[in-house]
Amino acid sequence: MKRERSDWAHLIRLGGLLVLGLVAFVFIRPLFIPEGFGVYGHYRAGAILDGRDHPLEYAGRADCEMCHSDVVDLQEERQSSHRRLSCEGCHGPLAAHAAAPDDVRPVLPDITPACVTCHEKSAGRPPLVPQVEVRDHSGGEACSSCHVAHTPGMF
Amino acid sequence: MDVPRRQFLVESGRWLMLTGVAACAYEAMLAGQPVDAEYEMSDHWWGMLIDVDKCIGCGLCVKACKEENNVPDSPYYFNTWVERYRVQLADREHPLVDSPNGGADGFPALEESDDERVFFVPKLCNHCIDSPCTQVCPVGATFRSPDGVVLVDEKYCIGCRYCIQACPYGCRYLDPRTHTAKKCTLCYHRIVKGLTTACCEVCPTGARQLFDLKNPGDPIHAYLREHPVQVLKPQLATGSKLYYANLDGTVR
Amino acid sequence: MHGVLPGVDGFMYPNEVELQWSVLIVLYPYLTGLVAGAFILASLERVFDVHVVKPTYRLALLTALAFLIVAPLPLQLHLGHPERSLQMYLTPHRESAMAMFGFVYLWYLMGVLVIEIWLDYRRDIVRWWKESRGWQRALYATLALGVDNVGPRALRIDDRVARAVTIIGIPSAFLLHGYVGFIFGSVKANPWWSTPLMPVVFLFSAMVSGIALVLLLFMATSWMRRRAIDMPCLDTIAKYLFYAFLVAFALELLDLVHRIYEADESFLALDFMVQTRLYFSQVVLQIMFGTVFPIALLALTQLWSFGERTRRWLYATAASAALIGILAMRWNVVIGGQLFSKSFLGYTTYKMEFAAAEGLLPAILVMLLPFAVLAVLLIVLPPWEDEPAAPSA
Ligand code: HEC
Ligand code: HEC
Ligand code: HEC
Ligand code: HEC
Repeated sequence: MKRERSDWAHLIRLGGLLVLGLVAFVFIRPLFIPEGFGVYGHYRAGAILDGRDHPLEYAGRADCEMCHSDVVDLQEERQSSHRRLSCEGCHGPLAAHAAAPDDVRPVLPDITPACVTCHEKSAGRPPLVPQVEVRDHSGGEACSSCHVAHTPGMF
Repeated sequence: MDVPRRQFLVESGRWLMLTGVAACAYEAMLAGQPVDAEYEMSDHWWGMLIDVDKCIGCGLCVKACKEENNVPDSPYYFNTWVERYRVQLADREHPLVDSPNGGADGFPALEESDDERVFFVPKLCNHCIDSPCTQVCPVGATFRSPDGVVLVDEKYCIGCRYCIQACPYGCRYLDPRTHTAKKCTLCYHRIVKGLTTACCEVCPTGARQLFDLKNPGDPIHAYLREHPVQVLKPQLATGSKLYYANLDGTVR
Repeated sequence: MHGVLPGVDGFMYPNEVELQWSVLIVLYPYLTGLVAGAFILASLERVFDVHVVKPTYRLALLTALAFLIVAPLPLQLHLGHPERSLQMYLTPHRESAMAMFGFVYLWYLMGVLVIEIWLDYRRDIVRWWKESRGWQRALYATLALGVDNVGPRALRIDDRVARAVTIIGIPSAFLLHGYVGFIFGSVKANPWWSTPLMPVVFLFSAMVSGIALVLLLFMATSWMRRRAIDMPCLDTIAKYLFYAFLVAFALELLDLVHRIYEADESFLALDFMVQTRLYFSQVVLQIMFGTVFPIALLALTQLWSFGERTRRWLYATAASAALIGILAMRWNVVIGGQLFSKSFLGYTTYKMEFAAAEGLLPAILVMLLPFAVLAVLLIVLPPWEDEPAAPSA
């Protein structure tokens, strides 16, 4: 049987359609690839910048020390065992305060629960922190009635 | 004949290099690439060291992380959390583990017992070098940055959650507010500014130490020379950069 | 123990408590499996010249198309950002099994299934074009791409090409569904999924479900059209169902025996899960009701000869049980793989909502949708060989 060109016409049209779709895809795709994609790897380079953009909540102890040298000096002078603790561990995140101390006045912490989470005696807690059976030790009183948070030793 | 050809090669090599450099610079400009004079990504390789023997289970790290990174305040979502292991001496295979609210409020006090060993294990993203989570992302919305931090592109994530399934350590979750995957960023916004992570900042005992393996002055080098460390689930070969010191074999 | 979360036994990493992949993701491998199975049944006729199953050839192809069109829908509904889904095509991550699936899917849809259906129907499409008028005429003319050459030479070429497409199509169907298995089987973090057997197990269970579906649809459409059911055809399909089932079951047993004998670190946790939270869906539904029971029924029909009526009942029951069993299997893979903690120390519970975005209601709708699509396809492209009249839509 002799084949003629017209016998392939429908297949050529179909193939044409598929090729057209493919070509359209190849040409349209780059228009939608976000800026900076693939500069460092298979991702948007800008995502790295976005990751850096996040606001700070914790200023870090070094920041507090710049202005509150009185607290630091006192701790150093008394060789307070809390002198290496982070200020914001007890005071909470204060980056906003550190940036604008007059606008953002920190609320002084109600600290007893915090003292307890660090000092309550419990199995598995390494002896790095002195531990007390809180109930027997404080008799239900706030820790601050006998201890000073910045210099907790009994002097 | 020989000289001009050589010259041509040298010359064209030079041109190629120049255009290559120019193209890179141009691309970087287009990409809005961090042109941060102070922070050069290729100079850093971040990770974290955790000394299990130093963790007192106070949970300040968990709280600080939630505050710093705007983690949903719910007992289901954590960038970092602390587990308490109680290993029965007679049955080491079945440790009792708890992590109430991820350990954010500390742990209920426990009586000493002669039959068990108790210890705390802080967990967070392992910032793996060959991370299974970045491998499976279908669109390239999560990746390891050139300085070794695994990040999520919130603007590009489609929320398919394959990465959450792929993480062997349970470090990822779907943020119910953005419907995108979320995880520990190693406080990327802090460490590029020279600060430490929020969790390390508040840790009272130094149980957590951020380190930069490319910084020759980092004490991690001396530490690693003298102490054995291990990673979680080493059999999965994820290239974890979360090193644990004094880790018990029962921890998984 | 303290601070235990609702639905949690033992210890889960906190981020694991909520399940990530819902009932919709259960449907996704189920639907693609039906596609692959139906297509493989159809190819029997064309590639292996099993002419007795000819009456189901077109029906199987249309079934495959209808289910394939709906298959991505549950994925789409499940995404946190459905509007970003096209990124899978724009910036596909070459290392990601899921990204590559998008291309496998598209290849199978456009490169195989549509072409094969088109080639097979072309003669009829042209005839319907010439016989009808109005918008129907326009529709069929468009479907024929405006070419009305259905001379013997052209048809011969069509037949050749279609055969080639089917031959490419079989591995493509294997790829399509094997790939779905790979999406799960390649997650090394999850011991319930991570096994190289997963793609193969998925493939054979897909064949079982696809053949069972076409068998039921064949019986149903014959009944609705008040035609006598072509029994030799039905017997042959049932035989294939039986064989496919045996292989599928053998593979699943192999996986099971392997796990039990190796008893690695995950075994106790998984074993406990199967004994408790998955007992009903795995042991009762999938293994007993969905596998052993239909295999027994089919074995009966192979060993003894029954009357036509009895055979029809046995086949229909076996096929229905198989469809339920395979659905249960997908459930056990997808949901079961998320019920245990990757610490192997605890279990969570899947709480399925009803009318939520990823609840039972959308799942039921997604499951019904392919049948609606199929109904439309059956009207536009009637597959019946014995009804040459133009469709009266
Ligand atoms: C830029 C300087 C500055 C920095 C940095 C700074 N503070 Fe302050 N802080 C002040 C000033 C000024 C006051 C107000 C003192 C006053 O009115 O007695 C204050 C007040 C406070 C108070 C409240 C005292 C009270 O009596 O109510 C606390 C607590 C405090 N700072 C803690 C911190 C901590 C923790 C940090 C570190 C994150 C910090 N500050 C960083 C300047 C600073
Ligand atoms: C162990 C927890 C703890 C730590 C660590 C801590 N504080 Fe305080 N701080 C307190 C408490 C509790 C008070 C409230 C004292 C009171 O009510 O008398 C306080 C009060 C203050 C005040 C108010 C006036 C004062 O001096 O009593 C300032 C300022 C202050 N802290 C700064 C700091 C700075 C700066 C640091 C870090 C160097 C720091 N704190 C670390 C618990 C802490
Ligand atoms: C973030 C954890 C933490 C919190 C909160 C905390 N401490 Fe301490 N505390 C420590 C550590 C760590 C030490 C021991 C440091 C050392 O020995 O180097 C310590 C030591 C002490 C000591 C022993 C002092 C000594 O010199 O012998 C006392 C008393 C004490 N803390 C009381 C308190 C009180 C009271 C509070 C609440 C205001 C408190 N602590 C809050 C971590 C904490
Ligand atoms: C009634 C006063 C009083 C109260 C209230 C009190 N303490 Fe003390 N605490 C003391 C005295 C006195 C000492 C030092 C003597 C000692 O070592 O027992 C001490 C010592 C400590 C020590 C060091 C123990 C050691 O082994 O070195 C810690 C830790 C401590 N207290 C924590 C707390 C905490 C936490 C609270 C609040 C729940 C608290 N205290 C409340 C009086 C008090």
